[in-house]
Amino acid sequence: MKFTLSWLKRQLDTEASLDAIVDRLTMLGLEVEAVEDPAKKLAVFSVAKVLEAGPHPDADKLQVLKVEALVEGQVKQLQVVCGAPNARAGMTGIFAPPGATIPVNGMVLKPTKIRGVESNGMMCSERELELSEDHEGIIDLEGDWKVGTPAAEVLGQNDPVIEIAITPNRPDCLGVHGVARDLAAAGLGRLRDGAVAPVAGSFESPVRIELDFPADDEHVCPVFAGRLIRGVKNGPSPEWLQKLLKSVGLRPINALVDVTNFISLDRARPLHVYDAAKLTGNIRARLGRKGEKLLALDGKTYDVEPHYCVIADDAKVLGFGGVMGGEESGSTEATVDVFVESAYFDPYRTARTGRDTGIVSDARYRFERGVDPAFVVPGLELATQMILELCGGEPSNIVVAGKVPDTSKEISFDTARIEKLTGLKLGKAEAANILSALGFGVTDAGGNLSVSVPSWRPDVEGPADLVEEVVRVHGLNEVKSVALPRLHAVAKPVLSPRQRRDRLARRVLAARGMVEAVNWSFIAEAEAALFGGGNVIPALKLANPISAEMSHMRPSLLAGLIAAAGRNMARGMPDIAMFEVGQQFESDEPSGQVLAASGIRRGTARPLGSGRHWQGKAGPVEAMDAKEDAVALLAALGAPIQSFQIAADAPSWYHPGRSGVIRLGPKNVIGYFGELHPRILDAMDVAGPVVAFEIFPDTIPEPKRKATRAKPPLALSDLQPLRRDFAFVVAESVTADQLMRAARGAEKKLITDVSLFDVFEGGSLGEGRKSLAIEVTLQPVEKTLTDEDIEAVSKAIVAAVEKATGGTLRS
Amino acid sequence: MTDSPDLEKLEAEFAAAIADAVDMDTLEAVRVAALGKKGRVSDLMKGLGAMSPEERKEMGPKLNGLKDRLTEALAARKDMLHEAALEARLASERIDVTLPVRAAPIETGRIHPLSQVWDEVTAIFADMGFAVEQGPDIETDHYNFGALNFPEGHPAREMHDTFYFEPDASGARKLLRTHTSPVQVRTMEAGKPPFRFICPGRTYRCDSDQTHTPQFHQIEGLVIDEVTHLGHLKWTLEEFLRAFFEVDGVELRMRPSFFPFTEPSMEVDVRCARLGNEIRIGEGDDWLEILGCGMVHPNVLRASGIDPEKYQGFAFGMGLDRIAMLKYGIPDLRAFFESDLRWLRHYGFAALDVPTLAGGLSS
Repeated sequence: MKFTLSWLKRQLDTEASLDAIVDRLTMLGLEVEAVEDPAKKLAVFSVAKVLEAGPHPDADKLQVLKVEALVEGQVKQLQVVCGAPNARAGMTGIFAPPGATIPVNGMVLKPTKIRGVESNGMMCSERELELSEDHEGIIDLEGDWKVGTPAAEVLGQNDPVIEIAITPNRPDCLGVHGVARDLAAAGLGRLRDGAVAPVAGSFESPVRIELDFPADDEHVCPVFAGRLIRGVKNGPSPEWLQKLLKSVGLRPINALVDVTNFISLDRARPLHVYDAAKLTGNIRARLGRKGEKLLALDGKTYDVEPHYCVIADDAKVLGFGGVMGGEESGSTEATVDVFVESAYFDPYRTARTGRDTGIVSDARYRFERGVDPAFVVPGLELATQMILELCGGEPSNIVVAGKVPDTSKEISFDTARIEKLTGLKLGKAEAANILSALGFGVTDAGGNLSVSVPSWRPDVEGPADLVEEVVRVHGLNEVKSVALPRLHAVAKPVLSPRQRRDRLARRVLAARGMVEAVNWSFIAEAEAALFGGGNVIPALKLANPISAEMSHMRPSLLAGLIAAAGRNMARGMPDIAMFEVGQQFESDEPSGQVLAASGIRRGTARPLGSGRHWQGKAGPVEAMDAKEDAVALLAALGAPIQSFQIAADAPSWYHPGRSGVIRLGPKNVIGYFGELHPRILDAMDVAGPVVAFEIFPDTIPEPKRKATRAKPPLALSDLQPLRRDFAFVVAESVTADQLMRAARGAEKKLITDVSLFDVFEGGSLGEGRKSLAIEVTLQPVEKTLTDEDIEAVSKAIVAAVEKATGGTLRS
Repeated sequence: MTDSPDLEKLEAEFAAAIADAVDMDTLEAVRVAALGKKGRVSDLMKGLGAMSPEERKEMGPKLNGLKDRLTEALAARKDMLHEAALEARLASERIDVTLPVRAAPIETGRIHPLSQVWDEVTAIFADMGFAVEQGPDIETDHYNFGALNFPEGHPAREMHDTFYFEPDASGARKLLRTHTSPVQVRTMEAGKPPFRFICPGRTYRCDSDQTHTPQFHQIEGLVIDEVTHLGHLKWTLEEFLRAFFEVDGVELRMRPSFFPFTEPSMEVDVRCARLGNEIRIGEGDDWLEILGCGMVHPNVLRASGIDPEKYQGFAFGMGLDRIAMLKYGIPDLRAFFESDLRWLRHYGFAALDVPTLAGGLSS
């Protein structure tokens, strides 16, 4: 919402300075976004007189002027080379001294030579000062202006433009009068009387108005008023009106249209004028019909939909109610009889028609936020007054269809609520004064105030709204800080186990040398499809994505990480260890949002370091690096690592032979790890190998809360543990896990640990066989083990392993 | 009976041999030759038994003295040789201590600024007794708008450029939450007042330019009880901002504004100084809009099953990305989500740089 200071002063009688007004607007909730003072950019420009004008010795189209002008506070005579055809001795114009910045192009003037003739400064055209597009010649001032008079004064460019942001709850401030009311209530002046005197009609309007809605859609346009004014003389509106409209960025059209635009901005009351000669029969507001079309004022043709509110005559659709009128029935300079419309259109219906047509207009902006329904007829009277004044003519009686909807509201207001909600101690009288100044009706019958809400404030519904009104006018900054009571002397922990895991996961992975990324929640369909998502889950496809690259909710964090790896590789960083902890999506239900902690390693970014080093270079990443990350993370998150089952059936995006699934029990998948499938990398155009892991922290069972923080007693044996090594030759298909489990199970009392320290394949073992070497730790419990005891355990281990794996002890 | 042996000569002979021994083996040979089972001094001592008591009385102490002196000399020589050998070894063992070591993982890993700031915010609000609540990114119209007092078709909805999913069979369409406020409603529905919690999370708006990204992060706070008012809100925000920006003086300016879910509603500016691209909180003559807040609208309480005649309280919300940018001087929001390693290494935090109130939020 834009207006100028002088416009504001048409509605507000005030001596307040621009700064005071601007500050108060913001503190009233009418946030000032910009103040543009056109005088500022014209500060160094002033009136100059051309004393002499003679030909340029070297150029036919140039003249050499002798100019009397103000330069650095002194009137001087200067030589100026000028190309304007209208430059002549005796004229006055606007002079730009050397050093001035020309508004239209930002050029800084310097004394110069043009075709060998010295030139100091410039006589300006209107375009150069951004006053108009006129560049035919230099400004030729009418009247007797003293040399050195500031250009802003001469050109009427001394009216600052104020732009404020109006929140959707304040449709009343979409007119200057409403803004003035707020300022007056805040003590910044006196609101000028906005009452409009009726204009008597001298004949019955030959055009009648009808409302034609189905019973349950009558609210779409409950009231429609109009009148015919005949014998008007349309044409350009007067200078003052054109200037006001131009100053806020509106293009003057003709007097009739300018009047409607002015009242829209001044009183937040949109109107429409029809050329009565172009109407067929009567005007009615009704719902649209399939097959109808409208050529709107924006020059575009729109298909009418049955839910639109349209204005139509007996022959055609004239406009979309509250949104935009039609081109064919609009006023022109030739218009003689004009029909003026002032109606109330339902905000939601207007918004919907506006959205569906895509039309953005000042009328829509106001109607969809809610115009003052009580100002339908006064608005029409005001328009009549102005039209008669500017264009003459003879008005008919007003015709009104329907009736003004009753929006009256009475609120019983306990002013103690102000202190209860804000802590501000404010008397009943002050509250009543503020509300009255804002146009509320206030009755104090003892006890609660009885407050009636003005018709222009659809936002005020209850006591909380009245508290806001009072406090915002009184000054929100008067609210004093009050300490929030502490709930506990020492703060209690607040994070849930899930939240603790989330933050711990980040720290653990970063401690492993990985860099945390935060990638987009939405990715391209093709990428989502690579990780089990995409169009197979239609519920996760955005209807209005910002781009095709961001159309589907991610089914896995890996897509974003791999893409990020590709971008970093392209910037010359081939070794990448990166992770993200975040949400991925299986469905659009809350339960389908899964927390994942996933990471990738690419190039030589191995857990202990990357790249070349004098102690030995890091090789390419391997699947086991990702397993190490996964297991380290799970250990830190408190997962029961000993109980994991690990199998080689990872999802399709992993290398089928070099990846695994970590489970707890047959169904509970804790995570995946392994090398990524080469086809996935090809599809994403990232050179491998890339290894990855995905861990789902919420699948880890929460440890049981114990009654005490005490740890179980530590049982230490005085007897030394002893260790024995065994190497078995087994078939290649036998897993390390099978072998180690068999060894561990051979003697449950004495064996406390089994670790695998060597894997050897091929060579003398022959094709399809491998050797696995383990170290078994025996912890004697009651007495030192004898050679016989040890021999017995060893035999049991060998027997158990051979039975479980079909292998043999390597001799 | 033989002549008394020339013990002095013998001692001199062995003393010389000990002094001449240049390594442990030679020294051991000398010891064996003198004091070994068949050593010459041992032999002489064996002969004591065959002597007369007088002779024995004379020779015994002499031989024992000789044995003690040789034993002592051997030990001294042994120590000396050992010491010399160690010196020689150490002299040969030299490394170039300037050789570089591998960068430790703990040194190269990084925490994203968003996670870091989130931990900072949590530390502060946890101390003020705020729990942490979370909710889904994909929401229903009811939780994102309806229950928050955004009526159907209300222009306030257009302030939120909402991402929608395709309508389901019943015509209902889900959306990506445009703010974290749905979590307020879900939490209030599931519990009973009083409430004091924050809800952080990822939020989405269909908007992309220099200062807007289609996803961003919000942190919202809610306090509901029977007495909490605007003054408490102001205090809470002041204390939070003071702790978060780690400055002593924080001055706030509350401006009336509009949010459907609060009444009164306001935007909060914080006093700041702008020095080129840097913004300093708590000094200067400028104001920076930092968050929106207000008293929870009675309709929102009602929608969550709470009696607005009895309970009241405040809500506030701010951009987590935004306060991260302000605190750490990060110029561009879009870079948060570009995963450029150079950016992450520069603006990221060390793994164990965990913000605490005891140790300070930032190191």
